[in-house]
Amino acid sequence: MAGDDSSGRPGLALVERQDVENRDVEAGLDALDASPDLPAGPGLGKRFVRSVLPPIVFLALLVGVWELAYLAELKPSYVLPSPADVAQKFWETVQDGSAAEAIWTSLSRGAVGFAMSLVIGSLLGLAMWWSRWLRAAIGPIVSGLQSLPSVAWVPAAIIWFSLSNAAIYTVVLLGAVPSIANGLLSGLKQVPPLFDRVGRVLGLSALGRIRYVLLPAALPGYLGGLRQGWAFAWRSLMAAELITYSPNLGQGLGQLLNIGRELSQMSLVITSITLILAVGVAIELLVFAPLERRVLTRRGLTAR
Amino acid sequence: MSTRTATVEAPVQQRDVLNVAAALPTAVRVEGVSQVFERGRPPVLEGLDLTVAAGEFVCLVGASGCGKSTLLNLIAGLTKPTSGQISVSAERPALMFQEPALLPWLTASGNVELALRARGVGRADRRAEAARLLRVVNLEEHSGKRVHELSGGMRQRVALARALAQDSKVLLMDEPFAALDAITRDVLHEELTRVWAEQGLSVVFVTHNVREAARLGQRVVLLGSRPGRVVREWQVDVPHPRTIESPGVGALATEITRELHREISRHGR
Ligand SMILES: Nc1ncnc2c1ncn2[C@@H]1O[C@H](COP(=O)(O)OP(=O)(O)OP(=O)(O)O)[C@@H](O)[C@H]1O
Ligand SMILES: [Mg+2]
Repeated sequence: MAGDDSSGRPGLALVERQDVENRDVEAGLDALDASPDLPAGPGLGKRFVRSVLPPIVFLALLVGVWELAYLAELKPSYVLPSPADVAQKFWETVQDGSAAEAIWTSLSRGAVGFAMSLVIGSLLGLAMWWSRWLRAAIGPIVSGLQSLPSVAWVPAAIIWFSLSNAAIYTVVLLGAVPSIANGLLSGLKQVPPLFDRVGRVLGLSALGRIRYVLLPAALPGYLGGLRQGWAFAWRSLMAAELITYSPNLGQGLGQLLNIGRELSQMSLVITSITLILAVGVAIELLVFAPLERRVLTRRGLTAR
Repeated sequence: MSTRTATVEAPVQQRDVLNVAAALPTAVRVEGVSQVFERGRPPVLEGLDLTVAAGEFVCLVGASGCGKSTLLNLIAGLTKPTSGQISVSAERPALMFQEPALLPWLTASGNVELALRARGVGRADRRAEAARLLRVVNLEEHSGKRVHELSGGMRQRVALARALAQDSKVLLMDEPFAALDAITRDVLHEELTRVWAEQGLSVVFVTHNVREAARLGQRVVLLGSRPGRVVREWQVDVPHPRTIESPGVGALATEITRELHREISRHGR
C-alpha cells in the first residue's frame, strides 16, 4: 500500500522527506518548552541564616531566661535546677553510657513496634479499601482510635500481658496502626480512576495494576500516614515505658524519665525529656522528611 | 481502493464504503451497539454501526456529548455495551485518552516501559524498546524526565509512544491533541501520519476539530447526537502530503462543518 497515493495513504519516501523538516520544528519547540535550568537554591550560608539560626537563637534565649529565673531563686533548686546542673547531668548520662543504652533500648523497641504496625496497618488499610463492608464496619472505630491517646491502653495492656514487652508493643500498635491504615486508605481513595483505566488499557492484570499503578499512586498519602504513625508509635512507647517499669524490661528513655521522677532529680527528668525530643526530631528529620520530599519532588508536587 | 469526490450523497457514499470495507479485513466492527447509562434516560448510543478496515484511518466528529468517548471506551473494552456486538481484530487495542494520562511517578521512559512490561517484554529489552519508541516521537533526549518536567505537547508525545508500545494494530485516540497549540499540533499530525503509514495501523481518531479530521483521516464519520449514531461519512481524497491549510482539507472541512451545524440545530427545533 505504501507509495500508493490513491489509497489516501502517503508514500513512505514522501513521509520521510517531510519528516526531516518536521523534526527541526519539533526540536525548536522542545528547546523552547524545556524548563530552563533553575538557578541553584539558596547558598549554604543563606540557608543557615534562614533555617538553622532562628531555632538556635530561640534556644539560647530560653536558656537565658531559665538562668535568670534560677538566679532569682523563683523556686528551690531541686524544682528548678540551673542550666549548668542539667548540662552536667546530661553529660554524665552520656558519659556513663546510660543515655546511649536508653536510646538504643527505646529506639529498637520503637523500630520493632513501628515495623509491626507498618505490616498490620498496611494490611488493614488495604483490606478496608478492598471491602466496602469492612470499611463501613471498622472505619469509624479506626478513625476513633486515632484520636484516643494510646496511654489509655497502658492499664489494659498491663493487665493482659503483665509487665512485659508484649504490653509495650500492644500500646505502640494501638497507637500507630490506625494512622497507618487510614493513611494508606486515604491515599488509595485519592487515586484518580483514570490511572486504573490506563492500567487496564495497557493490559495489566488486577495484581499488576495494584503493584504498578495503585500502590505507587497512593504513596504520598501512605507516607503521610507512616509519618504520623511513627509520631504516634514514639509517643505511645514513651507512655508505656514510663508506666511499665520492671528490671527485666531494660532501661528505655521512658524508664530513665521515671527514675528521675522517683529520685526527685529534676536534672535527670529534663535530661530524659531532652533525649526523647531529640530522638523524635532526629527520626523525623533524617528519615521521614527526606523520604516525603523525595517522593513529592519526583512527582512535581512540591516547590523546591 | 479508488478515490471519489467527497461530496456524494450520504446513502450512496455509505454503501460504497461498506463495499470497500468488505473487500478488506476489518480492524473494528461495531454492530447495532446501544449504550444506556441510566435506566429511563434516553440511550447515549443507539443502533450504531461502524466498520473500520485494516490499515484505515477513520476520524470521528460530532457535537460535544454525542457519545464519541463512550464509543471509544466500548471499542477499547473498558465498558460493555448495553446491546450490540463489537469485534476488534487486535487482542487489545491501544487507547490514547483525551488527557495524556501519564503516571507522574515514572519518567517518560518509565511510562513507556510499563506498557512493554504489561506485554511481557523482558527487562533488558524494555529499556531499548522504550528508547526506540521515544525516538519515534522525537523525545529521546527527554526520556529520563518526569512527567511534570515535560510540556503539554511532550506529554502527548509520550502518551503516543506509550500507545505505540502496546504494539497493537488498532490505535484509538480520543481528542489527543485538543489542548495543544496549533504548531505543536501540526507537528504531531505529521508524526502520527508517518507512524500510521509506516506501521500499517488502523486508527480511530476522535476530534472536535473538523479541519483536523479532514487533515488526518481517509474517512470522516459524523456522529449525530441523542441518540448517537452515524449520520454521514466522507471519503477524504486530498492527496498527501497534506497540511491543515491544504485547499482540499479546507473545502471538506467547510462541508463537514455545515453538516455538523445542521445536525446540531436539528435538536434546537
Ligand atoms: N459513566 C457515565 N454515566 C452516565 N452518563 C455518562 C457516562 N459517561 C458518559 N455519559 C453521558 O453520555 C453522553 C456522552 O458522553 P461522551 O463522553 O461519550 O461524549 P463525547 O462525545 O465524548 O463528548 P466530548 O466531545 O465533549 O468529549 C454525555 O451526555 C454524558 O453525560
Ligand atoms: Mg469525549
